[in-house]
Amino acid sequence: MSTATTNAPQKRSFTAAASVYVNERTSVAGFVKELGRKAFPDHWSFLLGEVALFAFVVVLISGTFLTFFFQASMAEVHYNGSYVPLKGVEMSVAMASTLDISFDIRGGLFVRQMHHWAALLFVAAIGLHMLRIFFTGAFRKPRELNWVIGFVLFILAMAEGFTGYSLPDDLLSGNGLAIINGMIKGFPLVGTWMSFLLFGGEFPGTDIVGRLYTLHILLLPALVVAFVALHLVFVVVHKHTQYAGPGKTPGNAVGPPILPVYAAKAGGFFFIVFGVLALIASLFTINPIWNYGPYDPSPVSAGTQPDWYIGFADGALRLIPPGWEFVWLDRTWSFNILVPIIAIGVFIVLALMYPFIEAWVKGDKREHHIADRPRNAPTRTAIGAAGVTFYAGLWAAASSDLLATHFSLTMEGVIHALQAVVILGPFVAYFITKRVCIALQKKDREIVLHGFESGRIVKLPGGEFIEVHEPLDEYERWRLVSFETYEPLMLRPNSRGKITFGQRLRAGMSRWFFEDRIAPVTKGELEAGHGEHH
Amino acid sequence: MSENRKSPMNRQKRRTGRRHPLATVALLALGLVFTGGAYAAFSTGTAQAESSANSQQTIDEGKKLFQANCATCHGLAAQGTTDGPSLVGVGAAAVDFQVGTGRMPMQMQGPQAQKKPVQFTDEQVKQLAYYVASLGPGPDIPADHLTNGGGDAANGAELFRINCAMCHNVAGAGGALTEGKFAPALTDVTGVHIYEAMVTGPQNMPVFNDMNISPEDKRDIITYLKYVQDNRSPGGFELGSIGPVAEGLFIWIFGLGSLVAITVWITAKSN
Repeated sequence: MSTATTNAPQKRSFTAAASVYVNERTSVAGFVKELGRKAFPDHWSFLLGEVALFAFVVVLISGTFLTFFFQASMAEVHYNGSYVPLKGVEMSVAMASTLDISFDIRGGLFVRQMHHWAALLFVAAIGLHMLRIFFTGAFRKPRELNWVIGFVLFILAMAEGFTGYSLPDDLLSGNGLAIINGMIKGFPLVGTWMSFLLFGGEFPGTDIVGRLYTLHILLLPALVVAFVALHLVFVVVHKHTQYAGPGKTPGNAVGPPILPVYAAKAGGFFFIVFGVLALIASLFTINPIWNYGPYDPSPVSAGTQPDWYIGFADGALRLIPPGWEFVWLDRTWSFNILVPIIAIGVFIVLALMYPFIEAWVKGDKREHHIADRPRNAPTRTAIGAAGVTFYAGLWAAASSDLLATHFSLTMEGVIHALQAVVILGPFVAYFITKRVCIALQKKDREIVLHGFESGRIVKLPGGEFIEVHEPLDEYERWRLVSFETYEPLMLRPNSRGKITFGQRLRAGMSRWFFEDRIAPVTKGELEAGHGEHH
Repeated sequence: MSENRKSPMNRQKRRTGRRHPLATVALLALGLVFTGGAYAAFSTGTAQAESSANSQQTIDEGKKLFQANCATCHGLAAQGTTDGPSLVGVGAAAVDFQVGTGRMPMQMQGPQAQKKPVQFTDEQVKQLAYYVASLGPGPDIPADHLTNGGGDAANGAELFRINCAMCHNVAGAGGALTEGKFAPALTDVTGVHIYEAMVTGPQNMPVFNDMNISPEDKRDIITYLKYVQDNRSPGGFELGSIGPVAEGLFIWIFGLGSLVAITVWITAKSN
């Protein structure tokens, strides 16, 4: 196969010749060498971001297919396709073309279901990936900006999802838009104007599907692709975090190089994700718009919920007690809408800014490349658990009616219980998690100092029974002792001899974070401990 | 036309026994025009005539059953007590629905009567129904042509979405009401019981009388529900037809769950 050997001093294989040809024209070798030798630490939790990335690729591919057949028009037609219970029903072209994709275009329903399932997986994988990053402290310097970029991607993904499931113009998507319309109109003074601007007149109007379509297939995907690219560039620039272990230092990254091992694994993994989604799409119905029928502002179905990632916002609306709107200054003030919007907004901003908040509290300006075990940062882990509880409470509230029917409860009981979960649950979760983390740290300390229980019971000559404790091997011990601990910052006057409010706040926060702490076992303690045993 | 002609000829033969009409070709054609509705009306007419023929006996049997099984709550003359409402004027349809679906006799007091295995034979249910119907005028058990699902599914689907889906869900999967009450799933309810529920408004359901939704429209609604019962979702397993909550749970537990399992497998140490 050596065809390009005429000028070459020696015989080259085809691959080698082709590589030389490409390199002589692009100088890509340096780049490949640099990138291909990047090490990628091996841990299952480091692949969650890839699940999200690959799901997004599936969304892009299947979405492209759907654009060939979907028509984003709200002109009225009478449906004349194959689905009998909708024959002759008046509906928008958007709905009719989605039904055609589902029933009259070969493979259309499969691709539509794959697109929707992949979108759900995309956001779910982002969520899990974010939790991994948060609980291992992988957002610390130098990765704070990448956390922000990732968070923006999470919000963009939700926006993509919302604009997407609003497109078919079926009853469910219309109900979703009606809620958005209500939320926008809930803003004092500007709400009605904003609603008319968005919908091109009185809701629902005839413009919204076309506008959402432009956002859904042009603006938002472009932003997602751009931010994903930036996100990945930062991963390469920062190199990947790794868990503590012998030979793993903040200055290195231990793992197989990207080329060939890691690239092969990741490439194969893409096809696995694709395959799992194809399997799900072929076996399980998603968003059966033929049941929902065309949008009509009068009907609302029982069990009307948004897709899961918007559920927390729907749940927040459901949990507000009645009577929170009143007329004042000849205007209606809808605090039943404003309060949940503000609460969710504050929650999102706090989560987005958390890396900066934690760095400020610690006063820590060093780089961190070793991922924390969640127990070794008890306060952060507890804050995370509180946030998860808050979110999960809101999320569960979106399915309050289904919780009531499926568990034979009263709807009022479910709502009141979830109100308690959302308001009190975070505090309970915080205290339990913090105590559990500290207890686990104490256990680690115990094991490092005195070894683990071997299960071997020995009877001493005096008749006493003892269990033999085996010392840990050095690799295991490394994992348990190599973490950092912080002490509360001292409150000291600044150069002008004053203690500012900011300093007080910071010292207070620092005390809250680090007052209860377990220090890692030191070398001295270890040697003393060994001394006891030998 | 030829298909149509066959069955009326049979009917014609049966009718000749009683009426002796002159069977000319012209009369046969005329008969064909009036066939469907006229025959249906005729046959139900006879059914009612038949039941009223031995009605006193039926009613007496129903009364005995009523006094043995229902009177504790509804009173010996169905006049109602503090534990159960009066049944005067609820009609045969209400009894056929409540007893025919097992809701009555009620298992226990609760937010609403639950479905359970039917406690009486079909004949006993009818006897109870006609006894209660004899106490005062009320909606009758509907005729077969209204409940056999032979109407327009598209019209029925639209009416169902507008009038029924807010409680029963667009696919008839059921939904929650206040204080532990609920709208049941319609996935295995017969056409007769759906019709009776619409005209009598059992439990927390409103009454949809013939001024609200005409008998033909009710027939169309039943046609749609029968279509949903008989045709599985073209997209695969329905996950309970309860919408995005089931889909979200599914993708988190089975979709993401299986992929996490695969990530563990991929990164497992080879020893």
